[in-house]
Amino acid sequence: MTDDKDVLRDVWFGRIPTCFTLYQDEITEREAEPYYLLLPRVSYLTLVTDKVKKHFQKVMRQEDISEIWFEYEGTPLKWHYPIGLLFDLLASSSGLPWNITVHFKSFPEKDLLHCPSKDAIEAHFMSCMKEADALKHKSQVINEMQKKDHKQLWMGLQNDRFDQFWAINRKLMEYPAEENGFRYIPFRIYQTTTERPFIQKLFRPVAADGQLHTLGDLLREVCPSAIAPEDGEKKNQVMIHGIEPMLETPLQWLSEHLSYPDNFLHISIIPQPTD
Amino acid sequence: MPNSVLWAVDLFGRVYTLSTAGQYWELCKDAQLEFKRVSAAMQCCWGIACDNQVYLYMCASDVPIRRREEAYENQRWNPMGGFCEKLLPSDRWSWSDVSGLQHRPLDGVMLPSPHWEWESDWYVDENFGGEPTEKGGWTYAIDFPATYTRDKKWNSCVRRRKWIRYRRYKSRDAWAKIPSKDDPKQLPDPFNDLSVGGWEITEEPIGRLSVWAVSLQGKLWYREDVCHPNPEGSSWSLMDTPGEVAQISCGPHDLLWATLWEGQALVREGINRNNPKGSSWSIVEPPGSENGIMHVSVGVGVVWAVTKDRKVWFRRGVNSHNPCGTSWIEMVGEMLMVNVGLNDQVWGIGCEDRAVYFRQGVTPSELSGKTWKAIVAGRECDRSHSGSSSSLLSAGCFFGDEVKGGGESAPSDTDGSSEVERPELDQPLPSESSDNSRNPDESSASGPGAGRTTEGAVENTCPAEGRGEPGSAKCPNLASSPAELPWTNIDLKEPKKAPGHSAAGFPETTSSQGLLPLGLEESYVLDDHPLWAWVSGGSCAVEAFSVLKWFTVQSGLSPSVQTLSLSLTPAQTAAWRKQIFQQLTERTKRELENFRHYEQAVEQSVWVKTGTLQWWCDWKPHKWVDVRVALEQVTGHDGARDSILFIYYVVHEEEKYIHVFLNEVTVLVPVLNEAKHSFALYTPERTRQRWPVRLAAATEQDMNDWLALLSLSCCESRKVHGRPSPQAIWSITCKGDIFVSEPNPDLEAREHLLPCDQMFWRQMGGHLRVVEANSRGVVWGIGYDHTAWVYTGGYGGGCFQGLASSTSNIYPQSDVKSVYIYENQRWNPVTGYTSRGLPTDRYMWSDATGLQECTKAGTKPPSLQWTWVSDWSVDFSVPGGTDAEGWQYASDFPASYHGYKTMKDFVRRRCWARKCKLVTSGPWLEVAPIALGDVSIIPECPATNRNGHSVALWAVSDKGDVLCRLGVSELNPAGSSWLHVGTDQPFVSVSIGACYQVWAVARDGSAFYRGSVSPSQPAGDCWYHIPSPPKQRLKQVSVGQTSVYTLDENGKSFGGSEGRWNLWYRQGITPSYPQGSSWEHVSNNVRRVSVGPLDQGTCGIAKGSRPATHRAPAGSTCPTMCAECPWGLWISSVTAAMAGRFSRSVFQVWVIADKVQGSHSLSRGTVCHRTGVQPHEPKGQGWDYGIGGGWDHISIRANATRTTWSTSREQEPSAPQETHGPVCC
Repeated sequence: MTDDKDVLRDVWFGRIPTCFTLYQDEITEREAEPYYLLLPRVSYLTLVTDKVKKHFQKVMRQEDISEIWFEYEGTPLKWHYPIGLLFDLLASSSGLPWNITVHFKSFPEKDLLHCPSKDAIEAHFMSCMKEADALKHKSQVINEMQKKDHKQLWMGLQNDRFDQFWAINRKLMEYPAEENGFRYIPFRIYQTTTERPFIQKLFRPVAADGQLHTLGDLLREVCPSAIAPEDGEKKNQVMIHGIEPMLETPLQWLSEHLSYPDNFLHISIIPQPTD
Repeated sequence: MPNSVLWAVDLFGRVYTLSTAGQYWELCKDAQLEFKRVSAAMQCCWGIACDNQVYLYMCASDVPIRRREEAYENQRWNPMGGFCEKLLPSDRWSWSDVSGLQHRPLDGVMLPSPHWEWESDWYVDENFGGEPTEKGGWTYAIDFPATYTRDKKWNSCVRRRKWIRYRRYKSRDAWAKIPSKDDPKQLPDPFNDLSVGGWEITEEPIGRLSVWAVSLQGKLWYREDVCHPNPEGSSWSLMDTPGEVAQISCGPHDLLWATLWEGQALVREGINRNNPKGSSWSIVEPPGSENGIMHVSVGVGVVWAVTKDRKVWFRRGVNSHNPCGTSWIEMVGEMLMVNVGLNDQVWGIGCEDRAVYFRQGVTPSELSGKTWKAIVAGRECDRSHSGSSSSLLSAGCFFGDEVKGGGESAPSDTDGSSEVERPELDQPLPSESSDNSRNPDESSASGPGAGRTTEGAVENTCPAEGRGEPGSAKCPNLASSPAELPWTNIDLKEPKKAPGHSAAGFPETTSSQGLLPLGLEESYVLDDHPLWAWVSGGSCAVEAFSVLKWFTVQSGLSPSVQTLSLSLTPAQTAAWRKQIFQQLTERTKRELENFRHYEQAVEQSVWVKTGTLQWWCDWKPHKWVDVRVALEQVTGHDGARDSILFIYYVVHEEEKYIHVFLNEVTVLVPVLNEAKHSFALYTPERTRQRWPVRLAAATEQDMNDWLALLSLSCCESRKVHGRPSPQAIWSITCKGDIFVSEPNPDLEAREHLLPCDQMFWRQMGGHLRVVEANSRGVVWGIGYDHTAWVYTGGYGGGCFQGLASSTSNIYPQSDVKSVYIYENQRWNPVTGYTSRGLPTDRYMWSDATGLQECTKAGTKPPSLQWTWVSDWSVDFSVPGGTDAEGWQYASDFPASYHGYKTMKDFVRRRCWARKCKLVTSGPWLEVAPIALGDVSIIPECPATNRNGHSVALWAVSDKGDVLCRLGVSELNPAGSSWLHVGTDQPFVSVSIGACYQVWAVARDGSAFYRGSVSPSQPAGDCWYHIPSPPKQRLKQVSVGQTSVYTLDENGKSFGGSEGRWNLWYRQGITPSYPQGSSWEHVSNNVRRVSVGPLDQGTCGIAKGSRPATHRAPAGSTCPTMCAECPWGLWISSVTAAMAGRFSRSVFQVWVIADKVQGSHSLSRGTVCHRTGVQPHEPKGQGWDYGIGGGWDHISIRANATRTTWSTSREQEPSAPQETHGPVCC
């Protein structure tokens, strides 16, 4: 029997094979070769693309280089979304590797946040963590941690050190024995079909009658359009970490095992591929 | 503990139990009778039924209550007819008791009550003091009464033999009527109250209970001779009391309180081991003169009372020395009654709502607890009703909280609109009938606010605060209905007459009860929540750490529901879970398989954890020195990890370091003592030196962090993770820590043997004294407190949290052991025995050796993990016996002690014991309810294919019963039930060999072989007595594939050698004579032996011969042949061995040995592997030393892996394992 701990490992070590290509309009001194990389699903684009940046900067003139940004099939990629989420949401139906276009010019100010340094990513990541713990434990756990614990969480993510990260993160995944779960489940639901960036509401893991809420319960409550009617054809895929958990899966379990390092369940609702 | 239950009686007289692990009240299995009161103990419950008679409910158990009846047949020799029944006129009866004074014909021995049955007919006892007698069981003497011997001599004029018959208590899980005390000549005086307790006063006899009962006329009765073998007791004795008693409460230990009709309390003084009935009464006045005491309940060190105004009181200052206590403290809440159960936990029945309340927060340091919390668990019978969860919920809401303290219920959380605060109980209720007001209240609770739960309780912990609002609306009916008297005479047979609290009024008000409009009552009765009349916590063990599920309404599937059997929880088998595992695997394949040549985005780096620890330095003088430590972990691209631990120390202001490669570490052992959080780190070299690297951390957390990290690194470098394999070798240290090692095939090889100091051990969570495993993954353990545990398949727990621990299958575990100290005294002519010794004497308070001073106040629990759970008390069960005060006498220290004083005795000592408890967690689930002393699981060779069969498992209970577990399999390692195997005396050890040979050791030190055990006859048929080695008492046996090894327990040396605890090998075992012929001495200084399945027989056997005992006793032919006859396999393998096929084979004998010499120190408790054991050298040649000291137990019986199998198979195309069976036909 496989242990639930293995899920954490599988989630952490999820990789997306990616092919980075320089945007055709970028001016280069010589031809830019594509760059191939295994991107950690749970990390952030700007955190793991130093090599990509270096690779393409080699063929460019210094004066043409400004802030790097990425785009997939015309959509600028938000660096503050985890990589796995971006892929599931935008590219899961297309083939591998994932073809990402690299830009150094014309930063899409209205679509993307600037990412001046790794500190910006850290600040964003930690604020997500804090928000998640506010929902789960009224911030009690994260506030009781020491500064070095916070640092260890971030360094764990940055250096892709599963043990280092989970040594601390497990404390964020605990809940009082007399409860059946967290106070609220930190989740965000993303859809490509709407303008709204994501749905986030207060949702408890356990119903008033003691029943555990499931993924289906959550979607019915906050995003009913995502689920097919009883008799209807399945129109959407509900995807986390590249898999489609059954709607019967208890939400609490999902939150403990399939959350991203920022402690949120990032759920993608994407149209069912027609083929 | 599944047998830990709270007993309660509802208003209709139905008896329910609520398990501490459960969520539902379960109706008592015998629901024929209606009860007024019950008083529970661990194995039984006493009650007063509606007929005012006393009944006893003995809980069912797999171990029968059996009692031996004996009678002696006496004969005298005369020259005419030899020995005959004709005795001299001056002689005893020809059939008598043991003294010969009482006539005791076999057919005159009667069953004491209809609740007993005979187990078998009378038979002759052929065992005489551990030695078998001649056929017929006669023992001889010169005359009556005299010393009897086994052998007939020329001057043996008389002989006698003992006849035995067992009777068995049959009324289990049923109410058995206890004969009334009433004298038929007098008017009946029905029973009114009853209380059971006193189980902690003494353990002699086993299961002794004090049962007290009160009659309506106020008389007090004591039931004589109630104990486990005699559950009903023998007779009622009238006790003198200074007044008419209304109610009584007997605590587990020496507290006994009663209430008088006048409202005072009576306190019994002088209760002790020798006088469980006590000697005198003291009177305690009630808290106030206007309201007398209506009800008392006592625990080990607490007294709770309810006065007639239903206020609850806690008695301050109560203990053994001052059973009266000092003063009353008023507590929050108004109760009809309170009951103190195990661990001084308290329950009550709310006077307003008739709900059962549990006192939360009762701890040894805060015996009065914190707050009352209503138990909202539903009844089993309600569960099937549709929609019951909502109605239960409303009940839960309604009763969900503190009786007092309503005003503080302001929502604490503003955003949680769906989260619910406690219901508003404190609306003013109409005082004429609270029933009226209840209905709207309830409907609102189940109506719009259906999301209500009982969380967010506002706890009113201060008693004074509660008193601040007297006579508020909390108990509105007080004004109308007078206070209840303790004999609440509920009309149990007509439930509708008994609605609500006011219904339980006393006789004067019953007439007014009838005036209540019927419709109102009906609506009340319709409500689903139970109304309770009585509660008893005498068998309800609530621990401080335990999480009860009584306070929230649970339904449906919850992952945290602990199923107490080992079957998989729904969450683990659920389709959603399987799908996630499957999809993740597919995802990894899809996204990674073809792209492994891609570069990783994040380079792996070195990670260093540093810290400061203390190190027990290697040079003399040894001491703790502060060191800086750093663990450097380097992970390569392939994920393989290399780690080095650096320990930086300073000598002469120069920093130096030692380093340890973690892939060389063989074991990390936590070494907790009174003061230090330390651990030891062994490598093979350090093991040989008996000198580990010892490191200490400042805090327990710090130590656990380091241990977990180092352990994880060690496991990763050896690629060991997850649950241990079924073949794993298990061992236990003297601290109760559990270790497991994956066997290497070379461990049991004949040549190029892997030295056992190279075995890598990793720790499992939990605390055990004994662990036994077999190769199908069935692992059982026994705690120091004799609790049986079964391995759940998890790993981690204890100090291993997070990644080092599995998510599921880790459960809380606790263990209790005693710490012993000795009080020593010397006699002097003036003052007699005093605690003033000679200057050369030992400490007057010492350990067993006398070398260490151990005072009551100064002795601490063994480590910081342990906490005291009892006070010091004299231990009367020491070997050698004691006098009535626990003293043992001797001529001088140190000497052998005896339990009576003689003229030559100048010193005496007595043993004091104090219990301490440890709470941890690990992959273990309790196998309740029978406590065990020893356990053995059948070892299985790879050759045997028994997948169809269940796994044979034998055990000895802590009381000495031999048990056979049924239904044990890989999927259900806990098995289903015990099968009791009758014996004529208590046993201490049992072992089952691979061919179903069961050997056992009795308490008298002799061995027994059990005949005809097979899969189809799991308990076998009869015991064959096997005398122990001369003058030695055996204490443990271990049986491998064929060989049998035993250990003795004597201090006596054997053959001039100094050692204790000799290891013996049984010679001459053959399939036709499985009992063997003689004992052969192997080694001394052995504390524990474990023989594995990898051995082969040596003896010559004729083809076709079968074990003699395998034949049916009457000499008929063996009905089962071969297909499942395990000896078939043996015979074939033995034949093969004789043919030379197994010339490389060895016996697999492992022990825990003492006095193992290392290069740095001598160790006690070392794992050793017997080397050079082979068919022609069954005793072996020497020992290979492994990990230790400090080890107590090892089980290698699961390890059936070795390399020689493959080689032998190559040489012999027809492998022996395929040819078992036909040879013996």
